[in-house]
Formats: sequence, C-alpha cells, structure tokens
Amino acid sequence: MTSAESMVIEQTGRFGQLRNYLRAVGAVVWKDLRAEYRSRELLGSMLVFAMLVILIFNFALELDIRTRETVASGVLWVTFAFAGTLGLNRSMGVEKDRGCLDGLLLAPVDRSAIYFGKMLGNLIFMTIVEAIVLPTFSVLYNLNLINPGLILVVILGSIGYSAVGTLLSSMAVQARTRDILLPILLFPVSIPLLLAAVKASNGFLQSFEMTEIMPWLNILLVYDVIFIAVAFMLFDFVVEE
Amino acid sequence: MKPMPSILKVLNWLTGAVFAVALYLVFFYAPREAVMGEVQRVFYFHVAAGWVGALAFLITAIAGGIVLARGDHRWDRVALVSVEIGVVFTLINIVSGAIWARPIWNTWWTWDPRLTTATIMELIYIAYLMLRQGIEDPDRRARFGAVYGIVGFISVPLTFLSIRIFRTIHPVVIGNNDPTAEGTFDMTPKMQTAFFFSLITFTFVYATLLWHRLRLQDFKEYIEERKMQALNT
Repeated sequence: MTSAESMVIEQTGRFGQLRNYLRAVGAVVWKDLRAEYRSRELLGSMLVFAMLVILIFNFALELDIRTRETVASGVLWVTFAFAGTLGLNRSMGVEKDRGCLDGLLLAPVDRSAIYFGKMLGNLIFMTIVEAIVLPTFSVLYNLNLINPGLILVVILGSIGYSAVGTLLSSMAVQARTRDILLPILLFPVSIPLLLAAVKASNGFLQSFEMTEIMPWLNILLVYDVIFIAVAFMLFDFVVEE
Repeated sequence: MKPMPSILKVLNWLTGAVFAVALYLVFFYAPREAVMGEVQRVFYFHVAAGWVGALAFLITAIAGGIVLARGDHRWDRVALVSVEIGVVFTLINIVSGAIWARPIWNTWWTWDPRLTTATIMELIYIAYLMLRQGIEDPDRRARFGAVYGIVGFISVPLTFLSIRIFRTIHPVVIGNNDPTAEGTFDMTPKMQTAFFFSLITFTFVYATLLWHRLRLQDFKEYIEERKMQALNT
C-alpha cells in the first residue's frame, strides 16, 4: 500500500510504523474533540435527547418501584442507542458537508487509521453521554447504577455500537436519504449487541449469578471483535472515490 | 432484446414439472400426520422457502465479496437480484409458519429465536434495498451494497445465537430434538421423500427466478443507456 509506505518517512522499522499509525489515529480523535470543544454542537444535543427519551419512558412505562428494576436496563440501552445514532449521524455528517472527508482521505495515512480515529471519537462522545446519564438516572429513580459490572457492559456495548455505527454512518451520509437511513441500517444489525447488553446489564442490576451473565458477556465480546475486524477490512471500500 | 437462451427454456419447463411433482408429493403421497393433521403439510414448503431465503442471502454475501475483491459489476447484479428473491421467500417462510403455528401453538406469532431471527433477517435485507435506492452512482451502489450484504450476513447467526440462550419452542425436525419444543414429529420415509424433493424443487425455482431477473436487469440497464444516449443527442 502506497499510503502506508509514504507514512514511514518519519520513522522506519515495525515499531516506528506502529507509532506513526497510532499518531494518525490520535490526530483524528484530537481533531474531533477539539472541534466539539469549540462548537459544542454534538454533546449538548445528545444529552438533551437522552434526557428526553428517559422522560418519555417515565410516562410511557409508569416506572414505579416494582417495575423499575426490571425495565431499567432496557430503558438505558434504548436511550444509549438513540443518542448514539444522533451522534454517529452528526459526526460523519459534518465531514461530508464541508468536504472535510476528502481532506482526511488526502492525508498520507492508512485509511483504517481514519476509521479508528472516527470510531474512537464516537466512542468517547457516547461514553461521555453515558457517564452523565447513568448517575442522573440513578438519582431520578433511586437506583444504584454505579456498579463495576454494569460499567463494563456499558463500555463493551458502546465499543461494538460505535464500531458498526461508524462504518454504516460513513455509508449513510453518502446516500440521498442520509438522515433517515442510518437507524434503518444500524438497528437490525446491532440487535445481537443490544440484546446481550440489555440482558447483561439486567443481570448485574438484579445481582444474578455470574454463570447466568457470562454467556451475554461472551456475545458482547465476540460481537466487538468480529465487527471491529470486519469494519477494519471493509472501511477502505466505503470511502473509496 | 436478446432471445432467451435454450438452457433457460429447458430450465423453465423442468422447474414447472418438478414443482408439479412436488405438489403431488406434498398433498397426496406424503401421509397425513397423526397428531397435527393436514396443517402439517405446510411444513414441506415452509422449510423449503426458508432454505431458499438463507441460500439467497449467502449468495449475496459471496457476490458482494467478489465485487469488492475484483470490482466486477456483473456480480453486483447477482447480489441485488438474490436479495430480492430472498426477501420474498423469507416472507413466504414467515407467513406459512404463522399459518401452521395458529392451530399448533394456538397463536400466530411468538418471539421464538427462529421466528425473531427470520424477521430481523428480513428487515436487514429490506434495509439493504433501501440503502441501494438512496445511491445514484452505480459504482458506489455496488460497493455499499456489498459491504452491507456482508455485515448483515455476519450478524444473522449472532442474532440467532443470542436469542437462542432463551428457551425455544420451535420444533427441530432434522437432527437433535429439544424436548421443550411443541409441534414436533418424526418423519416417515414417505415424508422424507416429499421433504427433500421440496427442497430441491425450491432450489430450482430460485435458480430459474434468478436467471430471469438477471436478464430483466440487463434489459433495464440497456434501456437506461439508450435513454441517456437519446437525451445527449
């Protein structure tokens, strides 16, 4: 690959190549974080949206004390999935709108570095939203959601969601029906992930035995590994001009 | 318009004949199931339609891989056409299953792993068709279709696996049987003949439809080309 070769100008050797690759990934992440810090467009809308979803669930499901514990994990994951879609659409949308994606693609780095940069950026935004939603949810419904097991599930779930989401959103923004297309593409493919995340979160919240939770954690892990690998291999074809 | 190749003509008649034999086997040759009665006969075409759906989506994923590896657009046509056929046959599979489930499970629908997985698979490939509709550039359409066809096909077994952790009530007629399944039965040799013949018949139907639809796609692209030529002159 020529783009990978030209990158080696700075440092050679296997270790140097890896460092250059990681530096490229970091540069993309840093760009996204700095743009967000200056514009404050994405996180604000994701957070308000997440709060609104929780509010609607409150009325729709009549979250009283008895049902609260059993449905909390479902409500949480629907909220994360919806807010995540919003963020994914926006983060690829800005790249497409102002021709930034072309600029990124011209950079002499491996295309997959751009994918991992965008994916990590999306993951960070999702994690920030989750880090705010979880304590708020705990306070509003008097449930303790700050539980190491649950946090592990949330992280594993978000990794898989942003891995698939970044790949699919970079396709969706290039289509005519961009904004409505992403959820239609993403939800059916991410069902195993969401299902396993809901079940595992529920297990931790109701303190089930680890043997009951393990199969769900395994599915989460398998999903993450498979789809990061698939997206890594396929991203090149999505951004090709 | 190119004339129909003679092999396709033979295939047309062959598929028709095989289908007639399959109908005979299903309705007259196979014995009436003792417990479930006549409604059990849905099973032969129900499984066959499900098989064609899965086969069609597998072909789409493979064709997508070839498109990405070689950039060959003829395979993109195969991928698209196969999805269209697969969506129809998966729908036949779901609807015929519901017709069977009403008297046997006493409900049209239950959130069993197989039922849920079939539905999600159907939704994935409807999304595939919507993705393609939204893209005008044929080269990009081919690449995106291939990527989504592969991603979708990988997620289907994971979906099945994750829902399978709950208990299932869907009968498993071939291979190991789950004692909790309801509406299961053992196939007599005559039933097996009808069953395997239905599978072969539906595979023939798939191949014939695929070929006709590919030819139709050819004509469509030819007409589009002529239209562009006429507009440009």
